[in-house]
Amino acid sequence: MRKNVKPVIFLMADDDPDDRLLIKEAFQESLVSNSIYFVEDGVELLDYLRCQDKFSNPKDAPTPDLILLDLNMPRKDGREALAEIKSDPSLRYIPVVVLTTSKAEEDIMRSYDIGAASYITKPVTFDGLVEAIRGLGQYWVQIVRLPVMGKTNE
Amino acid sequence: MNNDMTDQSQPITILAAEDDPDDRVLVEEAFQESGQDNSLYFVQDGIELLQYLRKQGSYMIPATAPRPDLILLDLNMPRMDGRDALAEIKADPVLRCIPVVVLTNSNAQADILRTYDLGGAGFIIKPETFEGMVEVAKGLNQYWFEVVELTSGEFIKKVKHNNTAHSFLG
Repeated sequence: MRKNVKPVIFLMADDDPDDRLLIKEAFQESLVSNSIYFVEDGVELLDYLRCQDKFSNPKDAPTPDLILLDLNMPRKDGREALAEIKSDPSLRYIPVVVLTTSKAEEDIMRSYDIGAASYITKPVTFDGLVEAIRGLGQYWVQIVRLPVMGKTNE
Repeated sequence: MNNDMTDQSQPITILAAEDDPDDRVLVEEAFQESGQDNSLYFVQDGIELLQYLRKQGSYMIPATAPRPDLILLDLNMPRMDGRDALAEIKADPVLRCIPVVVLTNSNAQADILRTYDLGGAGFIIKPETFEGMVEVAKGLNQYWFEVVELTSGEFIKKVKHNNTAHSFLG
């Protein structure tokens, strides 16, 4: 098991401010050495990835190694954003992990069908969330290798 | 303490495509050692992998070739290599819901990038030691079967029933 050389950058798209805070705290509990950035819906997510609008300065929007994606968001929801990312040759190499409250089989299947790398149901407790984030970090940071590319913020 | 993470108690089926007999033994023993109740199946190249998934040739009896929850894929194999097999799986509407994790000796950036570009759900460099492989087996089990939700074959069958020509799920 070899670690990825540079710290892994996570980008989370979630419209709920409470959920963003919980995720941030769960990251601090379990993945201190990695950074996490947040956007609030699918439109912002694509803007971030394409360095558009308020994300035009690469320093504020480093290319993520992994995207965490909520499904139900205003303006552009997670399903649309996922489909758009996976049909864009310059973005589709970035693994997208769906992290949502939905346990519907249809959401699970559709997410994998349009190219999600995994699907995680948000645990209801904070302890559960910390465990899930720890498991996520263990897999994507410790066990697998991710592409080393894109712009960096170093 | 947290039921969300432990409620997937079905037997876990993993299908590994690996042409090297020594590596097959290594993977099998590592999963046994990992302490999880895995059903592990092996195929030897990309052609066999696709035949298994499509229930063709010697894989026509469902009991001997159950739908895998997860596919482990070597990259360098004869006949059809892992890159071509991955592309074919991810282009198939019935098969592409199954996560594919590459497990290979390659550490080439081009292979890593291509794996994710084609829709792979992980790229793991084969550990050099047995202990390392056990750690990988534990990590795979923990992530894919405790943290993550997977699709059930039955549900896919229901949804895709009307618009696919070949039938993976009977």
